[in-house]
Amino acid sequence: MPLSAPWNPDTARAIIIEKQTVPGGLLPILHALQEEFGYIDREAVRLIADILNLSRAEVHGVVTFYHDFRQRPAGQHVFKLCRAESCQARGGDALAARASARLGVAFGDTTADGRVTLEPVYCLGLCSVSPAAMLDGKVVARLDEKKLDALLAEAER
Amino acid sequence: MSDLRIFVPGDAAAVAVGADEVARTIEATAERIRTQVTVVRNGSRGLHWLEPMVEVETATGRIAYGPVGVAEAESVLRAAADNAGAHPLRLGRPEEIPFLKNQTRLTFARCGIVDPRSLDDYRAHGGYKGLERALAMTALAVVEEVTQSGLRGRGGAGFPTGIKWKTVAETAADQKYIVCNADEGDSGTFADRMIMEGDPFVLVEGMTIAGLAVGATQGYIYVRSEYPHAVAVLSDAIRTARKGGLLGDNVAGSQLTFDLEVRVGAGAYVCGEETALLDSLEGKRGMVRAKPPLPAHKGLFGKPTVINNVLSLATVPIILEKGAVFYKEFGMGRSRGTMPIQLAGNIKYPGLYETAFGVTLGELVEHIGGGTATGRPVRAVQVGGPLGAYFPRSLFDVPFDYEAFAKADGLIGHGGIVVFDDSVDMAKQARFAMEFCAIESCGKCTPCRVGSTRGVEVIDRIIANRDRVANTALLEDLCNTMKFGSLCALGGFTPYPVMSALTHFPEDFGAPPRLQAAE
Repeated sequence: MPLSAPWNPDTARAIIIEKQTVPGGLLPILHALQEEFGYIDREAVRLIADILNLSRAEVHGVVTFYHDFRQRPAGQHVFKLCRAESCQARGGDALAARASARLGVAFGDTTADGRVTLEPVYCLGLCSVSPAAMLDGKVVARLDEKKLDALLAEAER
Repeated sequence: MSDLRIFVPGDAAAVAVGADEVARTIEATAERIRTQVTVVRNGSRGLHWLEPMVEVETATGRIAYGPVGVAEAESVLRAAADNAGAHPLRLGRPEEIPFLKNQTRLTFARCGIVDPRSLDDYRAHGGYKGLERALAMTALAVVEEVTQSGLRGRGGAGFPTGIKWKTVAETAADQKYIVCNADEGDSGTFADRMIMEGDPFVLVEGMTIAGLAVGATQGYIYVRSEYPHAVAVLSDAIRTARKGGLLGDNVAGSQLTFDLEVRVGAGAYVCGEETALLDSLEGKRGMVRAKPPLPAHKGLFGKPTVINNVLSLATVPIILEKGAVFYKEFGMGRSRGTMPIQLAGNIKYPGLYETAFGVTLGELVEHIGGGTATGRPVRAVQVGGPLGAYFPRSLFDVPFDYEAFAKADGLIGHGGIVVFDDSVDMAKQARFAMEFCAIESCGKCTPCRVGSTRGVEVIDRIIANRDRVANTALLEDLCNTMKFGSLCALGGFTPYPVMSALTHFPEDFGAPPRLQAAE
């Protein structure tokens, strides 16, 4: 995963202003900010509210509504394991328990060394090759214990 | 001599099982053995147990090999280069593989065949014939054609597409919109993703025809963020179509103005609900709106809006090209045409199976799908995503049809079928349905927001055998409240998986097994 830039209000302001006139542009703005910084800084909420003439509560409400938007940086790698029905039917729950035990974190948490964030995802649309996962945007399917361990080792490196 | 054309799917499901590495290995090997090869990253044919399925073009059609891993890539290339010769993984002509041969591919006619990045290829395979015919008709006649075809919303609700279009067409406004719902969040479904990745121009063409029919000049495709491959292919297709004069002003040299934009969701399942999706497109929380007003009257930014699923819009071009009568002749009852059915979960032959409505659930699971991948008996089949009912084998004679499924207390939804073997714990599945609803509820209405959390608690008590009989009655009552009191399908349909699990598999909830009629 490309390393995110450290928080910078000037860059953030430029990103927001660039998309200021996009109709319904709040989601595209938040995606762009997260792409740049890896999360949505508290200060970004204030900047967006100012520039788009919204209340901070409105912006905060949107940031917190969507699972994708983070309010703090994730680990260096993000491992998303599908927890939905099709993957459940192919042993996904056991793989989830294995991933959680191996990394020593619950779903939604980041390892103490900051290397890996483990997240659930509800369907990657790879149900015909379940169980499936996504490591930093790279999709992997037909997972078994061996493949999972190899992926986690890759993430932990 | 022209290059050898080799097809390695760029479809995310193929990529997830190594297609990128296979493509790279083939290219590197070709260079090493000095063979001129062009690798085309086509969509998937939908025979997913054979992915990555590599095809080579010959004078008499394509020959497929699969499933090809990196280890086999070199030997497959050598066999392919040797006049599509013998190899242990050689499958022969893909069109002759029974799973594909027995399908009726209308919406998916080109998927897996064409190069999704090539407008020329799309046109060479019949693309833009639908728009061509539509441009020669009046807008009213286009709407009428879609209405007559019997096409119903493939997202799940099954509402007649033509009626939706007619309402928008008849509503006067300075601005109208076409919105494509590509927030395919249901587990067990991937048809939208496949068409966006494998034949994106068909969606662009379908939306353009919709714009023409109702007088909308701007369209949005709302794609879920879990589909980065689809977002990339679609964005590319839109740029190419614009460059080719098929989007923007004077579409295809006509007076029509229509343009498109891809918008990416942010991981909220409820945004697959059309009004929540519209709020999300407007840059708000994805909260469900009360209806009326209908989106057809007051939709995106308060303007009349057609909002249709990917498959509905992607089916429009063939209806316009071949006519309503052609399309209507497929299907049964009030379910006309074909349905791209998705076979997933614990199934031997997973993939995409497009066929006329009317095929039975048992035929799909046992014959076409080949039963479970684990080889154990099929116990339950969930149809229609996380809000769809679980069917036992005793209901395998139900035909795939909107009304027949409704009669069996289920829904076909977006056409996803997830198979479970006999190791499944149905009480756990029922609990998951409630848990999922609690995670994804937008929070606007009480039955869904609070009911789902209480539902998890009640099921936990049943599983723990605490006042089981009383708690089971309470769960039924709660499901009834959610079903009739929720604002949208999330809270309203969560009772389907819960109640079907409870009704058909009571033994998993600690109750005596249900006496089944003799099979």
